[in-house]
Amino acid sequence: MIRRYLGLYVVAVIIAVLPFLIPNGFYLDLAIRMGINAVIVLGLNLLIGFAGQISMGHAGFIGIGAFASAVLPTHFGWHPFVALVAGAVLAGSLAALVARPIFRLKGHYLAMATLGLGIIVNIVLRNEAKYTGGPDGMPVPPFTLFGFAIDSDKHWYWIVSVILMVSVWASINLMNSPFGRALRGLHGSEVAAQVVGVNVTRYKVAIFVMSAVFASLMGSVTAHYVGFVSPSLADFGHSIELITMVVVGGMASVFGSLVGAVLLTALPQALATFEGWETVAFGVILILCMIFMPKGLVPTLAARFGGRRE
Amino acid sequence: MLAQLLQYLFSGLTIGATYALAALGFTIIYNASGVINFAQGEFIMLGGMLAVYFTDAGLPMAVALPLAVLIPSLAGLLMARLTIEPIKGAETITLIIVTIGVSLVIRGAIQVWLGKGSHGLPAFSGDIPIRILGATLMPQSLWVLGVSALLVLGLWYFFNRTLSGKAMLATSFNRGAAELVGINTGRVLFISFAMSAGIGALGGILVTPITLTSFDAGVMFGLKGFVGAVVGGLGSGLGAVVGGLLVGVIEAFGAGFLSSSYKDAIPFILILFILFFMPRGLFGVKVTDRV
Amino acid sequence: MSLLSVISLSKTFDGVKAVQNVSFSVEPGVIYSVIGPNGAGKTTLFNLITGIYTPSQGDIRVDGASVIGKLPNELAALGVARTFQNLQICMNMDACENVMVGAHLRLDRNLFKAAFRFPALARRDRALKQEAEDLMRFVGLENYLTSRADSMPYGALKRLEIARALALKPRLLFLDEPAAGLNPRETLDVDGLVRKIADSGVTVVLVEHNMKMVMNLSDRILVMDYGKKLVEGTRDEVRHHPDVIAAYLGA
Repeated sequence: MIRRYLGLYVVAVIIAVLPFLIPNGFYLDLAIRMGINAVIVLGLNLLIGFAGQISMGHAGFIGIGAFASAVLPTHFGWHPFVALVAGAVLAGSLAALVARPIFRLKGHYLAMATLGLGIIVNIVLRNEAKYTGGPDGMPVPPFTLFGFAIDSDKHWYWIVSVILMVSVWASINLMNSPFGRALRGLHGSEVAAQVVGVNVTRYKVAIFVMSAVFASLMGSVTAHYVGFVSPSLADFGHSIELITMVVVGGMASVFGSLVGAVLLTALPQALATFEGWETVAFGVILILCMIFMPKGLVPTLAARFGGRRE
Repeated sequence: MLAQLLQYLFSGLTIGATYALAALGFTIIYNASGVINFAQGEFIMLGGMLAVYFTDAGLPMAVALPLAVLIPSLAGLLMARLTIEPIKGAETITLIIVTIGVSLVIRGAIQVWLGKGSHGLPAFSGDIPIRILGATLMPQSLWVLGVSALLVLGLWYFFNRTLSGKAMLATSFNRGAAELVGINTGRVLFISFAMSAGIGALGGILVTPITLTSFDAGVMFGLKGFVGAVVGGLGSGLGAVVGGLLVGVIEAFGAGFLSSSYKDAIPFILILFILFFMPRGLFGVKVTDRV
Repeated sequence: MSLLSVISLSKTFDGVKAVQNVSFSVEPGVIYSVIGPNGAGKTTLFNLITGIYTPSQGDIRVDGASVIGKLPNELAALGVARTFQNLQICMNMDACENVMVGAHLRLDRNLFKAAFRFPALARRDRALKQEAEDLMRFVGLENYLTSRADSMPYGALKRLEIARALALKPRLLFLDEPAAGLNPRETLDVDGLVRKIADSGVTVVLVEHNMKMVMNLSDRILVMDYGKKLVEGTRDEVRHHPDVIAAYLGA
């Protein structure tokens, strides 16, 4: 029982000491973006890694959350918190609406359907310029709660940290519960899960909706934190980036999600010195990672050093 | 009205022929290896960009264009050898990620080498439009449609009448059995990637005088080709051709009658509808799982 | 009333008649075996009864109520469990977790309670783990309590499937060739295990090629050939039936 949460304590310690080690605002900003990505990737990993279902349009859900938080307060005067909830409800409902028919399908068809969904969201955001600012995007009013505006990076750091800790804790719990075992079971053998009574379609839909809601909420957080949204948040490239984080960190690994998010959020910064070659370098790293560590970093290293897989 | 309909049909079929070639590329690789090659669009871009580069460099068309098909084919071969063969049998998602990695490498390299600008090619037989019932048809469209049709016929012949083609088909039905009767399935993999890349590149060259090309032109071509392949039922060659053409035509009509700014969304709305109501595509095979 | 009644059941795949007009019934508390040469339609029969395939014709009744059109998970809720001839183990999980999945229907599967680890749920989960380990001991897997499924040998995985099916607390258990691929020693163990399961009050339907085991265990036997019912009866009736001798000895 203690071991189950060991990694969580390590994460907590890192989060607690990091602000004292960070030299300047640039790195604080990087840390916050890593945290936000980590939560999204965790949600996506529950779907891809644990349940074995592909989503290639997840950035679409992030876009829905981000633009709900931008458009609703700006054009309709909604309270940011209500807007955030509305975005999550919209993303969740859309996911639920689409999921039922989609999850009867397998593998590549599922990839196609989710990809299509993401692209449609992206195109809508680009075209409805009257509300969304079109391809250029739009500014987002600050998030307020009980009359206080959250506008300093320090505040955001702690908020994102708390969200991250709760998400990690909840994910570990979930995957070691009857719900989680049913999900992992249907990944391992769909027919075996079915004959012990798992309604596989329902479970797939539930986890898809849940990870869409995760993505939308973090889209809202991103919007308020950055203070600006653009449709590129919802584009195909961003969906791919998120999947890459899942896969590089480690499928079906909670801490792999964190490692993947941290590394690949930092990577573009590290590659900025390559002057235009960063896309190529990103591609090469992806390929090498998949060929030499197909299970992803954390599970591979855990196996190498004999540690128990989390 | 008729003229307008005809006009949309012409432009839809032209662009649809390119989607059809991309869809065929997806299908050939999928059948040979079970891989969905997300780098397929990059080969289309590569064909167009290389054709522009070689003709700008002063090479005559007769040399430039074959080179612009040959080099992507070699790139496809290399891709199969270096990135796909080492992880044969990996999970679907792993394979998808690898092909995305390759697409980033190709796109990034072209961006560094040839820049971010858009480029065109002169039309092969001039720009004098042909008038048909009030609609205009560009000669280049005839090139696109004609060469695509020849290519489809050639592929049909290859897969149904030649030993190598039949070997590739056999591999797609049952890899284990194909290996047992002595088919070199590794070679089938290489041929499928080289062929798909070449077909995509050719499509990219043909369409460049109409649509222009740039380092990132491959993304949408690839995705819409994938839509075409799925519309037709993944794995069916005839389905890929019909699917690709259908996607092109529906996109053209949608752009004309509904909204041109939603043009790029139309194929994806179409695919969602098809997956909802005909989950195996138009020509897909029904698969029963064995327990 | 019979626990299971199969009435004129047929299944056709693209014109191939895999099961033709098969009828039989299974009384509570018995061990019922289905035998026949490879390709006789035994596994198809299992797949039809457990809801994986939909019959082309005929009826299947559990406790007298038709279950045609029910999904496998709905049949599980009626107390129907099964194992597979081709192993269906979740290799991404621990052995013990595989068994715990088997108890799915008896648990509180609420997503939110699980995510925030409500105390009652956590307690129930710990009890479940104990229960799963007891089941593993029951099927003879005491040496694998902490193993990963993908590190276990074939014979152990076959037992793991049985433990998972038992975790459902089934009334009717379908075992598809539990002894296939096992050595004589292991086969003997499985023989004893099936007897133990039946003695605990579970009705067992068995597909098996090992004749010694079938004859030793079965109360009644259904012999199939080319998708049809050849003979049905007690083991002595079946053993001495000329058609069975002909089919098996090729005379």
